[in-house]
Amino acid sequence: MSAQATFEPRTPSMPARQYSGLAILLAGAILVAATLLVGSLVSEYYYLAAYTILQFVVLGTAWNILGGYAGYVNFGTAGFFAAGCYTTVFLNKLFHWPLIIDMSVAAVTAGLMGLGTGYLTLRLRGVFFSIATLALAIVLQTVISNWSFVGGGRGVYVVRPEISGFFGTYAHLLVVLMIGLATCAVLAAWAVEKSWVGVGLAAIRDNETAAETCGVPSLRLKLIAATTSGALMGMAGAPLPYYVSYVDPATAFSLAIAVNSIAMPLVGGTTTWWGPLVGAIMLGSVQQILTVTISSAANLFIVGVLLVVFLTAAPRGVVGIVRAWKRGGP
Amino acid sequence: MNFSWDLLVNAVVTGVVLGGFYAAAAIGVTIEFGMLDIVNIAHPAFMIAGAYLAYLGWSSFGFDPFVAIAVFAPLGLLFGRAFYRAYHFFFERRGDESLQGLAFFFGVLFIIEIGLVLISGVDYRSITAPYLGWTFGIGRISVSWRMMVPFLVGLVMLAGIQLYLSRTFTGRTILAVSQDVEAVRLIGADPVRAKEIAFGIATASAIIAGILLIIIQPVEPSIGREYIGRTFAICVLGGIASIPGTLIASLILGVAETFTTTFFGPSWSPAVSFGLLLITLALRPAGLFGR
Repeated sequence: MSAQATFEPRTPSMPARQYSGLAILLAGAILVAATLLVGSLVSEYYYLAAYTILQFVVLGTAWNILGGYAGYVNFGTAGFFAAGCYTTVFLNKLFHWPLIIDMSVAAVTAGLMGLGTGYLTLRLRGVFFSIATLALAIVLQTVISNWSFVGGGRGVYVVRPEISGFFGTYAHLLVVLMIGLATCAVLAAWAVEKSWVGVGLAAIRDNETAAETCGVPSLRLKLIAATTSGALMGMAGAPLPYYVSYVDPATAFSLAIAVNSIAMPLVGGTTTWWGPLVGAIMLGSVQQILTVTISSAANLFIVGVLLVVFLTAAPRGVVGIVRAWKRGGP
Repeated sequence: MNFSWDLLVNAVVTGVVLGGFYAAAAIGVTIEFGMLDIVNIAHPAFMIAGAYLAYLGWSSFGFDPFVAIAVFAPLGLLFGRAFYRAYHFFFERRGDESLQGLAFFFGVLFIIEIGLVLISGVDYRSITAPYLGWTFGIGRISVSWRMMVPFLVGLVMLAGIQLYLSRTFTGRTILAVSQDVEAVRLIGADPVRAKEIAFGIATASAIIAGILLIIIQPVEPSIGREYIGRTFAICVLGGIASIPGTLIASLILGVAETFTTTFFGPSWSPAVSFGLLLITLALRPAGLFGR
């Protein structure tokens, strides 16, 4: 209660707060409507490309809730993503529930993972959390590789459910679903950023000791952020088995997931909800073009180089560049 | 899981010998992370770069592994010093090391790993020397020189670094930096220069560890990732900044991994180091020998 009162003066005025939220919702709705209208008129390739970019919007935004707002770097995004993915595989083997239910269960699984890791390591120095997340992803990958029920190291085929109604193909349905999820993720990030939680996390990022002295409940806020972030990453992974229809540990724990989910927010800018969005759309599109024109190994190399270039030359990302230009520009 | 005393004794001996090599791999992380407060998760990538340098030297000029150490370790020292200067300029000076600095090392790790894939492909590379095929045996236990050379070089390297840090002026300055940077400034020493030298030593140790790695087993670029877990697990378990702790933790990890491989199968061994790391962080984050 007291924390809420302390943070009040720094939050922006009410109308400004609602506008961005409404804009995010509206953008999501327009995208869904456009996808439904276009239907199967365009090549399925565009849907597959759009799916990948949207998946990275969710992952980048989710990573940023803990990494950008609180300054706690999560190297284990692939672990959370794969937890969601394998939740679907597991449930699909036992029951044939709608994907939406699989996604909710995936959110709970990955959210609990975030909470657990956070509870164990967020009380220590920040870097221990980073190393623990890295460890978590590898331990989980070893367990999954040795667990034959979900395919083990050989991988597993997943049969897509029958599709009916106004969705032309299953890819079409997945893209609409992903737009919905991406909208929810960006809304969640925006809500966290503008609420007292976000202000508290920013205080932790700037100086944790000082924040605690001022009465910011730092462990509780970090746990909220770790759980939300983990749950969103799990949800991003849940539709993957239906998207690729064959999953093995190398796909689910892919390097591309780990490097992109860190590179996108840092290239876009970590302190606002739109930084990761811009970063994901930028890097996601570049990679789609590069994968088609050059090769997929080269595109990860370029993401690595872009990350290092932005970190050294523009450490505040695209957001920082835009802000500097607004301040000094015409 | 078929148990026998011979198997057990062999597993312990192999584990200890492997541990000596792990100590060589982890000493750099102990210096960087424990003493300099730099979380260099690209350290294993430097190691793999060292392994590829050894391969390059061996395949183009026929370098013996010891010649490779003599040639490439000084280069590693210079490169490490320049690399630290850049890191200091871009991140430490601005106070950005916790988020941007960490992500920077992550990016460097990717650039090295994928750069090696692009240059050299994903094939396994190995080197050999006449004496590496010999074996060394006492009774029913036998260890090949392929394992003994890295073990002995690792021990010599650790002893050398320990002596350097405790006996020389610069070495003591490095230890002082790990305790209190401000106090180092007050006595008139330059903490940035001390950190630069220490980072150079750590990088040279990574290059040497890489050369030792390619003696033990064939190497491909992504193998470095396994060593992130191993080196950091050893560093944390050993008490973060302690060199004797690093040695003991390396031996523990070596034995634990050999046991897992012998009795449960190699598919579980990647989880050993990371599992050990998670358990240490949860139960005793100060490590076995932490202050």
